[in-house]
Amino acid sequence: MMTRIPILKLRDCLIVSIQWELDDQTALSFQEDLLDKLHTTSARGVVLDLTPIDFIDSFIAKVLGDVISMSGLMGAKVVITGIQPAVAITLIELGIRLENVVTALDLENGLEKLERELED
Amino acid sequence: MNLRSSVDIITEWDIVAARQLGRNEAKDVGFGTVDQARITTAISELARNIYLYAGKGKIEIRQITDGNLKGLLVIASDKGPGIADVRKVMEDGYTTSGGLGAGLPGVKRLMDDFKIETVLGEGTTISASKLLR
Repeated sequence: MMTRIPILKLRDCLIVSIQWELDDQTALSFQEDLLDKLHTTSARGVVLDLTPIDFIDSFIAKVLGDVISMSGLMGAKVVITGIQPAVAITLIELGIRLENVVTALDLENGLEKLERELED
Repeated sequence: MNLRSSVDIITEWDIVAARQLGRNEAKDVGFGTVDQARITTAISELARNIYLYAGKGKIEIRQITDGNLKGLLVIASDKGPGIADVRKVMEDGYTTSGGLGAGLPGVKRLMDDFKIETVLGEGTTISASKLLR
């Protein structure tokens, strides 16, 4: 039943597009897969696109927040892109603050932002 | 009108089944995308609470009417340990799971109406509803 999320490498960045609703196991195995991929490719940044995702609960938010902190420990920066209005509204109402997370409107803006962050 | 459907919460996968059922019901009632996300998220949190704290239980979803307004009622019930201090679990930031759930105050904010009935050693029933405006 578990599905794996594809992780693509583009120059020194990884690109991930989450295309379907995340269940707990998929979210947790994605966490490990992304860190493994950072390790094996020595990528310096990640763009995580959530455009098709229409809801995020506290568990998925925690997994995403954790993977961003974990990537940070490994020296990689993560930019989240494509958070839908409904997702932004419910996360804040739920009381979840993804603080210190770099976000951008879409993948294109996200890649630009990441490249700028990596230059600094 | 009182259409009801339910999902037994026993494994993690049932959390997914419950929220998918909730989203379908919310769509069916005619809720917009933001309210669909609110209801789906609230059900996911309630189902996760059952899974984490009671082990098993049930999420029941009913289409309701209140005067001219249509809506959705979500009932999360379990025969778990019950909640010792209801006032405490309704405080923002209170957790016994190390922050795994956003907790009940979040669910309350996502829905219009929210009630807890709990008896120590017997279980907990949480009812939360939202009307289509």
